[in-house]
Amino acid sequence: MAAAESYPDDLRYHPEHDWARIEGDEATLGITWFAQDALGELVHYEAPEVGSTVTKDQPCGEVESVKAVSDVVAPLSGEVLEVNAKAVDAPEVVNEDPYGDGWLIRIRMSDPAEAETLLDVEAYKAHVAEQ
Amino acid sequence: MSLQRTPLYARHVSLGARMVPFAGYEMPVQYAGVIDEHRAVRTDCGAFDVSHMGQLHVDGPAAHAFLQEMLSNDLDKVSDGESQYTLLTNEQGGIVDDLIVYRFAHGQYLVVVNASNREPAHEWLKEREARGTEVRDASDEYGLVAVQGPRSLERLGLSEKPAFTHEMGELDGIEVMISRTGYTGETGVELCCAADDASELWDAALARGAVPCGLGARDTLRLEVCYPLHGNDITTETDAISAGLGWACALDTEFTGVETLRRIKEDGPERKLVPFVMEEKSVPRQGMPIEGGGEVTSGTHSPMLDRGIGMGYVPTASASPETELTIDVRGKPRRATVVRKPIYRKEQ
Repeated sequence: MAAAESYPDDLRYHPEHDWARIEGDEATLGITWFAQDALGELVHYEAPEVGSTVTKDQPCGEVESVKAVSDVVAPLSGEVLEVNAKAVDAPEVVNEDPYGDGWLIRIRMSDPAEAETLLDVEAYKAHVAEQ
Repeated sequence: MSLQRTPLYARHVSLGARMVPFAGYEMPVQYAGVIDEHRAVRTDCGAFDVSHMGQLHVDGPAAHAFLQEMLSNDLDKVSDGESQYTLLTNEQGGIVDDLIVYRFAHGQYLVVVNASNREPAHEWLKEREARGTEVRDASDEYGLVAVQGPRSLERLGLSEKPAFTHEMGELDGIEVMISRTGYTGETGVELCCAADDASELWDAALARGAVPCGLGARDTLRLEVCYPLHGNDITTETDAISAGLGWACALDTEFTGVETLRRIKEDGPERKLVPFVMEEKSVPRQGMPIEGGGEVTSGTHSPMLDRGIGMGYVPTASASPETELTIDVRGKPRRATVVRKPIYRKEQ
């Protein structure tokens, strides 16, 4: 069952419809409700490898629905510490719980100052309203 | 050019469908979700708005001879009240469209063509129209609702009839032509009614328990059972023999392009359209190269098998079942295996 539309207050957002939950020098990344809704039921998540580096604004994996495929754009730069195995094995979890069990990767940020460039929830909601 | 709407447009919007442009129409791609809609058709009953398809009346004393010359299959085998899957072919043996021809009486036929080919097919036939034949595009006069699935007949209160037969009847007071055809691999019917009655027919089907299904499920359902899609798997550039549609070509009759097809059949095609399943977690898509000189023509995620599936042209040497293929999925080599048709078969 798909989740209801929501954008948590405690996250930072990238205009390409990704979110980041920042804790110290680590961040958990995922795609927003808007992104999963636009794609429809996810059937495949092509994840980056643990230990690889991701670069802000660059693709860091793909999410794929029955009808379409889309790059996941990294909202921040860093080293991949962990990939959510659940999202790889059962990608529908991203539709069901995009900010919880449907997270995608956890990274160690290489440039924590990048977080300042991300949108807060109000700015992201305004961005979504323009889509 | 603005998009056209079927008579059911308002119904789709009120059901919360996601509307997309398709073949010049604004069509529902999904309501609740492709996977649930797909499963509803495999296990129970789903309803599809297919009013965007083209309906051409071909009438007149010479209509039979005309269609026999235009279409690949043998029209002599079709009696009143029967229909037939057949191909409209060009001089090179390419496929202008795949379609179903319905016979009402001698000299009275209905040809149902793909939405995207309504104009090309109409023009093709109109340009070649022989004396004693009249081709008329009546697509806007009808609504067409496909009701498909193992419980479809029970839910509609219809008895079993052989596939590719049709009759006039009524559903909850609405006059319909009931055709035993479909594009899902399941038991079912396609119901044709006057355009003004389409909303009432749709409501009746839903009230009887059919789940509304969009183009997304229509595509995954047809691909699981290897029904070709014109524009993807078959085109004006591909021939019926290579596409595995030789069974729909009566090569002992005379029709447009038959000589080319006879020659391809005799020499053996250089490449063949084959179904395949992915051996790795990956979804093949139209246009992806297949290593060794092939190309994916249709690909998706199979909701029943929960894996990537597709069809594509490969060199004949690689076309036998169990041959391993490598598909270039956006630069990554992914393993697949050629399988027998259909890709999905109901457990008996």
